[in-house]
Amino acid sequence: MTGSLKRILLGEQGLVVIFTIAFAVVSLTVPNFLTERNMLGLLQSVVTIGIVACTMMFCLASRDFDLSVGSIVAFTGMVAVMASNATGSIPLGLLIAIGFGTFVGFVNGVVIAKLKINALITTLATMQIVRGLALISSDGRAVGINDASFYQLALSKFLGVPTPIWVMGILFCIFGFVLNRTVFGRNTLAIGGNPEASRLAGVNVDWMRIWIFTLQGLVCAIAGILLASRITSGQPNAATGLELSVISACVLGGVSLAGGRAAMTGVIVGVLIMGIAENVMNLLNIQAFYQYVVRGLILLMAVLLDNLRSRSLGRR
Amino acid sequence: MADFLEFSSISKSYPGVKALSGISFGVAKGRVHGLMGENGAGKSTLIKILSGDIRADEGEIRIDGVAQNFHSTRDAFAARVTVVHQELQLVPELTVAENLRLGHFPAKAGVISFRELAADVGGKLRDIGVDVDPRTKVSALSIGERQMIEIAKAVMLDARVIALDEPTSSLSSRESEILFKLIERLREQGKVILYISHRLDEVFRLCDGVTVLRDGKLAAHHASMEGVTRDQIVSEMVGREISDIWGWRGRAIGETRLKVETITGSKLPKPASFEARKGEILGFFGLVGAGRSELMRLVYGADHRHAGSVAIDGKPVAPSDPRQSIRAGLVLCPEDRKFDGIVQGRSVSDNIAISARRHFSPFGILNLGKEAALADGFIRSLRIRTPSRKQDIVNLSGGNQQKVILARWLAETDVRVLIVDEPTRGIDVGAKSEIYDLLYSLAEGGLAIVVVSSELPEVMGISDRIAVMCGGGIAATFDRADFNERTILAAALPDRSAAEAIQKVS
Repeated sequence: MTGSLKRILLGEQGLVVIFTIAFAVVSLTVPNFLTERNMLGLLQSVVTIGIVACTMMFCLASRDFDLSVGSIVAFTGMVAVMASNATGSIPLGLLIAIGFGTFVGFVNGVVIAKLKINALITTLATMQIVRGLALISSDGRAVGINDASFYQLALSKFLGVPTPIWVMGILFCIFGFVLNRTVFGRNTLAIGGNPEASRLAGVNVDWMRIWIFTLQGLVCAIAGILLASRITSGQPNAATGLELSVISACVLGGVSLAGGRAAMTGVIVGVLIMGIAENVMNLLNIQAFYQYVVRGLILLMAVLLDNLRSRSLGRR
Repeated sequence: MADFLEFSSISKSYPGVKALSGISFGVAKGRVHGLMGENGAGKSTLIKILSGDIRADEGEIRIDGVAQNFHSTRDAFAARVTVVHQELQLVPELTVAENLRLGHFPAKAGVISFRELAADVGGKLRDIGVDVDPRTKVSALSIGERQMIEIAKAVMLDARVIALDEPTSSLSSRESEILFKLIERLREQGKVILYISHRLDEVFRLCDGVTVLRDGKLAAHHASMEGVTRDQIVSEMVGREISDIWGWRGRAIGETRLKVETITGSKLPKPASFEARKGEILGFFGLVGAGRSELMRLVYGADHRHAGSVAIDGKPVAPSDPRQSIRAGLVLCPEDRKFDGIVQGRSVSDNIAISARRHFSPFGILNLGKEAALADGFIRSLRIRTPSRKQDIVNLSGGNQQKVILARWLAETDVRVLIVDEPTRGIDVGAKSEIYDLLYSLAEGGLAIVVVSSELPEVMGISDRIAVMCGGGIAATFDRADFNERTILAAALPDRSAAEAIQKVS
């Protein structure tokens, strides 16, 4: 009995099983949890983390790291608002924001791949530079939007589901496909497994890394625009600490920090676990301060589980 | 006098390979004892057992009559056994004194007295005759001086047994002289010194006795050097019958496929040129550090090339990175399978398809059916032993990993030149023959194959022609008709007197 239980929990789908059980338990015990309104609210609350996690997964899977995501999200949100105000056109503003995000990601990638600077250091630097730029350009204050239709990005619904959730879902599908079904995805995992062997086997490692970081910047811009729309302004202090939540969600989802192992379903479950924990604590009126502690504990448990799993794999 | 250090029927096996079998010999106190043998004879395995790095399957080591059971390097350390490896283990950014007292600094309430430290270490260094200022940073020292410091470390830890692994391989002759004086002083202090070297003249000059290993067995043990000749040791090192695991078969050799001219790089300053022909297996032999792998990495474009050219079938390819080589039909199975070859954590099928999938993945979208068929085909035809193509490659044996890497290149469309660096390192005999067979049939198919190996019998067994490297350059080439163990080994040896000694015998 304990043997088979162990096998299920430590198996390939262990996390999904745990998630399903936890979801069922929470649905039955916490009042107002399993309602349409609460479910949509829950998904809304994880949109930013979920979107950024798509590309962070690639970053981690190739043994890299990106700390600058929170800053890029805040900065691109600001740019979207300011550019829309300046040009009088929201689509143009969004394009400019996406361009900025992509550019920052590209710079990260070039510095890391071509100048061979450690990804942690590079993105630690851009994290501060970009946050600084956001503060400078706004003089540290929130920037309001002139055209109220900007709010519709976050408020509009399709088939009863808010647009940001759709965007997140579509990105999950796209990046899940890219990871599992394309040469790009396989090469990402190969680089994470053994960068030098991949290079000698003909993988263009530098090019791959530049692309991964560029995509990360682009996706951050999408998240930044949706966030700015939801909070109805561009805020230079938005999304602080986002990088850690995103990395936590990925690790929860079984992405190995040593590279070479990642799965989109895992990351989705990781994102949802983070969202549910927060949501349940809100519903139960647990003070926000305790939530940090709980989040930390969940992360530790997930890593522990992962460790047990790879050890049991090694024994086989 | 009873032997202070005794090896008693030491055996060690790796999966499919008997690295050491029944090695027994002893060394008395105050003696410098040489340990010789070709690459792969088992010297380093024996030293690793002595240092507690690995454990013997059978047998024991006795020191001063007491059986030692080393579970780790810490145990060996506690028994005052020190091995000075070729790769030095010093912290470059600390001073000499700090390195020597790392872990036990003289300190009052946690505050280090640097003056005391320097004075203390300086005195000890003078005692053993090492002339280095203890306040210099290790990074500012020459390799020779670092070697000295490493030995000084062993002395200061009061080691009873000191093993030196190829200590002069990167030293100038002046530095070597200083090292020899130090070793002689240690002998006077009654230490047991195990001296591992390829260089006959050093062994004759320094050692009181010598043990020769061959194919993991004790080929000869001389407790004293009296009456021992160079020729005798050389015979003991190489005197092995070539068994017929090679199965070499003659084949038609065509025009030049690979032409490398005056290629140089930062790790290979001397320009090297060679060519390999269609259907030919060109062997590259050399001792460790001769520059074989460095040369192959330059040809493949894995390392940056300073000058020189590479042409395939008369067409210059000048690869500046491996991708260009692969597209030109030049591929490499690297020396270090673990670090440069296999992609850990990925499946057998993924490892096979990593390069070739670009041919059948339209718009970068994988054709999983084709990949599976490709992998299953190679698993069958190369007899790769794996539960399935989805198995993580790290769980395969060395021979099967090597086959996967060969399959990776066989899956490519137009391979013309195959470079295989150490094709059978760590691979059992059965798998070896299979890999040789595969190489022959590839050569028959028109490939030019370059095989790099540090095992002389292997190079002689399978090559049509052999290029010998020594000190970063190609020293000689031999046609199959002229193959002779002694002449080839002589060409590979860096020191002339040993080379001449061998020449004389042949």
